[in-house]
Amino acid sequence: MAEFALPANSKIGVGETYAAAAGTKNVKKFKVYRWSPDDGKKPTVDTYEVDMDACGPMVLDALIKIKNEIDSSLTFRRSCREGVCGSCAMNIDGTNTLACTKYISDVKGDIKIYPLPHMPVVKDLVPDLNVPYAQLASIEPWLKSTTAPPTRERLQSPAERAKLDGLWECILCFCCSTSCPSYWWSGERYLGPAILLQAYRWLADSRDEAKGERLDNLEDPFRLYRCHTIMNCTKACPKSLNPAKAIAEIKKLMVERTI
Amino acid sequence: MSVANRPERPLSPHLQVYRLPMLAILSILHRATGIALSVGGLYLATWVMYAASNPRAYALFQSFNVSIAGRIVLGGWLFSAFFHLFNGIRHLFWDAGYGFEIKDAERSGWIVVAAALVATAASWAVGLRLM
Repeated sequence: MAEFALPANSKIGVGETYAAAAGTKNVKKFKVYRWSPDDGKKPTVDTYEVDMDACGPMVLDALIKIKNEIDSSLTFRRSCREGVCGSCAMNIDGTNTLACTKYISDVKGDIKIYPLPHMPVVKDLVPDLNVPYAQLASIEPWLKSTTAPPTRERLQSPAERAKLDGLWECILCFCCSTSCPSYWWSGERYLGPAILLQAYRWLADSRDEAKGERLDNLEDPFRLYRCHTIMNCTKACPKSLNPAKAIAEIKKLMVERTI
Repeated sequence: MSVANRPERPLSPHLQVYRLPMLAILSILHRATGIALSVGGLYLATWVMYAASNPRAYALFQSFNVSIAGRIVLGGWLFSAFFHLFNGIRHLFWDAGYGFEIKDAERSGWIVVAAALVATAASWAVGLRLM
């Protein structure tokens, strides 16, 4: 059942405020979700006043500046800083996106930053992604074949290869899955948009020979059919992919094989 | 810290912080109008039962129907019926694989809302003329 309210241990209190140095002209306030497993306290939102005249343009630049100059305990994942690794996925200004490709100037007023929604929090902006990773493993995201391997590469026509465009680019940041209310309410049984887009990436591959087996694994009231076309996934995707469309294509394959 | 001593991890906020896009709000409205239609079905069935029992009971039910509250209930049911119908057709297009680009989905959403409002107003006006 959908549990709309946060559990008692997850209710968010007011945290510290770290004021900018006196005389700073161009200040932006960052309100950041904080929780540490070490101090026994409930989550809070801390406010950091950051000098925009000495900060890069992206939200990730501000987070790194805060960690370097204001509060070294602030914890978040980041790596490539250019939208290809998917590490810095978080909820910024009410929408899931990558901190490294989100312009600070795109947000009016204070910038509110939370971890990806409806996930267990490891610390601050770091969510526990074990469930989606296990779900990814469950769809067996690799090429499967029963015919003997050819002596060279498995060939694909340009048209067959084109069917994978919009699918292979996924960086598994989980902005989409954690934006999906169906995934919030049924995340342990519904695979969610990120995993279903991956499932379709293999279903759409002309070289893969396990289509029937893959569809059998998805034929389930929860794994696939909890998608109600809410479209938060497609709206949130920082790579402009379309998980909602991929899920619809899987549903079509399900129908096609029965008629 | 060992796993055994670790405090239970909090759940990150979801509905509390997510800014729901228009598409998500229409999805909620589809669910809500579906529920309204189910409950409203009971209301309409009760109306028919009163009509079948005797004129005095029917007049009593009718007196509620023409009150402000009754009009809100009937108007709400009418809008629910049209919105759920038109949005159901939108879902059929999605089921066939069409209309998944964000701008197409938003456009079809606004068309459904407008069509439901127009159909509600038009059938209300026709109903008043027949009275």
